[in-house]
Amino acid sequence: MEVRRPKQPLNVISFIVENKPGVLFRVTWLIRRRNFNIESISVGPTENPNHSRMTITLYGDEAVVEQVIKQLRKLIDVVKVSRLDPENTVIREMALVKVHVPDQETRADLDYYVRAFRGRIVDIAPNAAIVEVTGSPHKIDAFIELMRSFGIKELARTGATALQRSAKE
Amino acid sequence: MRLSGARALIKSLENEKVEVIFGIPGGAILPVYDALYDSSIRHILVRHEQCAAHAADGYARASGRIGVCMATSGPGATNLVTGIATAYMDSSPIVAITGQVARNMIGRDAFQEADIIGITTPITKYTFQLQSPEEVPRIVRQAFHIASEGRPGPVLIDFPVDVQRQEAEITLDPGMGSLERYKAVVDPHPLQVKRAAELLLDAEKPVILAGGGVILADASEELRSLAEYMMMPVAVTLMGKGAFPENHPLFLGRIGMHGSAAANKLITEADVILAVGTRFSDRSVGRLEEFGKESKIIHVDIDAAEIGKNVKPDIPIVADAKRALKAILEAVKALSRKLDRSAWIERIKQVKREIDGRISSGGGSRLSPKNVIKEIRRLLPANGIVTTGVGRNQMWAAIYFEAYHPRTFITSGGLGTMGFGFPASLGAKVAKPESVVVDIDGDGSFLMTERELATSIIAEIPVIVVIMNDGWLGMVKYWQDLFYGRKYCATCLKRGCPDFVKLAEAYGANAARPQSLEEFSKAFKEAMNSDRTTVIDVWISPDEPVLPFAPPGKPLTETIVDLREVRK
Repeated sequence: MEVRRPKQPLNVISFIVENKPGVLFRVTWLIRRRNFNIESISVGPTENPNHSRMTITLYGDEAVVEQVIKQLRKLIDVVKVSRLDPENTVIREMALVKVHVPDQETRADLDYYVRAFRGRIVDIAPNAAIVEVTGSPHKIDAFIELMRSFGIKELARTGATALQRSAKE
Repeated sequence: MRLSGARALIKSLENEKVEVIFGIPGGAILPVYDALYDSSIRHILVRHEQCAAHAADGYARASGRIGVCMATSGPGATNLVTGIATAYMDSSPIVAITGQVARNMIGRDAFQEADIIGITTPITKYTFQLQSPEEVPRIVRQAFHIASEGRPGPVLIDFPVDVQRQEAEITLDPGMGSLERYKAVVDPHPLQVKRAAELLLDAEKPVILAGGGVILADASEELRSLAEYMMMPVAVTLMGKGAFPENHPLFLGRIGMHGSAAANKLITEADVILAVGTRFSDRSVGRLEEFGKESKIIHVDIDAAEIGKNVKPDIPIVADAKRALKAILEAVKALSRKLDRSAWIERIKQVKREIDGRISSGGGSRLSPKNVIKEIRRLLPANGIVTTGVGRNQMWAAIYFEAYHPRTFITSGGLGTMGFGFPASLGAKVAKPESVVVDIDGDGSFLMTERELATSIIAEIPVIVVIMNDGWLGMVKYWQDLFYGRKYCATCLKRGCPDFVKLAEAYGANAARPQSLEEFSKAFKEAMNSDRTTVIDVWISPDEPVLPFAPPGKPLTETIVDLREVRK
């Protein structure tokens, strides 16, 4: 696995949808239908039980991002679409990384890196450990790159979720 | 009121003023048919569900009202698919109702179960699956609202049979619920309108390009007023055919792959293009990157996602075409500037004379597609409606049949569905019983849906089918002629082609096989006066070209009017 460093900026589109069956299907179908190459998609409940929030991240030029937003707005179940300004947005993603830890010395190394990234070791077995780390997608990329030296056995990323910061006085 | 889900559906359809449903019953929709028995809504039994959808579509296109079709679960529902996709591509408002297996059987691969929601989500504006009888009236209201709001399109309601049977206390006027928020932006942005008006006034060689959206928005009058006030020539797309009278002095022609060569040339000379209700399809504008390169483009569309999708406009206007055209006219009048378009109008006249004179139009036979279609136009009243199949017949109809009013030329433009013409003509005739409806078809297209002759006879829906019969899949053969070295793989239909006169008579329809243009006129006049469907089988040469022709992937500037230009 190679860490991608695309030249284009990461775009974050956050949108509120009706919380009902089939909505995720409509969104993912749309992405496939229009050939949008997205980086991640995440979905979860919001403060309003009738609504869910979905977050899509993608690298792409203005025309593509604009089409994604317009096509999303056309979906009947989509209540509101916002494009988040990356400079002014809190973007977080979580990753679980299962790494190879054959001995005490390796574990000490692992511990050092995990602390540097403010992660946590959440499971330890004789030969392996699972690390949890949270942060911006770039931070996660960097962390995963470091973990490669240990040997990654399994990896799970949630995809990014995001909220725009409130305007300051 | 205590009602079953099925009765609630029929009552809700009555509330929507539905007057006709095209459909075929089956096991999983029987409770609805049982309720329909006691309703004032007319049901027209078709012979294949695809035709139910096409007929509903033809009804919608001819009338502007929402067409309704119905089928049972499984194969009934999947047979609707081509018809729904056809309506979707051409933004035609229909509501399709399908039976579904009982809820406790969904997902178990039950008999006649199909995931019709999964299948039709990509080809509808929205799909519903009813979960309780109480929600039936609200969902019907929502379905009709979605089908017609903003850019129209098909909506599907999937109705599990247990919910159809289940009784409950039902409120018949429940409002729209959370869909109150689903409203299209219809009013144009005043600043963009002002910019558009200024650009049009500054233009030396402006052209209006009218698409199907002008017809859907009922904006033909506004289009005409603006064109006449500004002395701006009007081009149309295939879907926009009828939006502007083709015998009007400002009519430039139809652009596209088989559009008028003069219109294709002149639109590329325009310095400003006011495009209204068009999505710049490849068949209309040729190579996308080349179109409008030298022009400033004002794009009016009610669907914001169409703006910038294929062609990037200089001035985007998201609005209803009727309101936008009206607003632009008012803005232009307010600026009250003097216009001199005489040079541009003169140039248009000159190009039309030059190019249109050069178009070669097939062999010497008097019973040529050109002569037959021009004769149909001559005999047909101005409000007469033409539907078409797909292929050469469709393009000849588009080239030679002049449409004078919106909703009088009905064709499958986006999906290009062979077999569309005949069932669509039945739907159009049901919507407009006072109009003569003619399906200009091909032998290949007509064979795909000819069984609806039974429907037209039994349900007494008289239309005229004119078959341009050459015994080939003629358009495909044409491409094999031009681009595939005349290797006719799988395009000849001569062997096994039925005798269309006998076929029509077997269904109880009238039929004729004219040998001359005079005989054709006589047969057509008789057909117009008959209360029975007539099939007129016109034998034409398989080598009739379709010209003009802008070959696929080429810009409109490379439109040819003589086949020798391709072959060299």
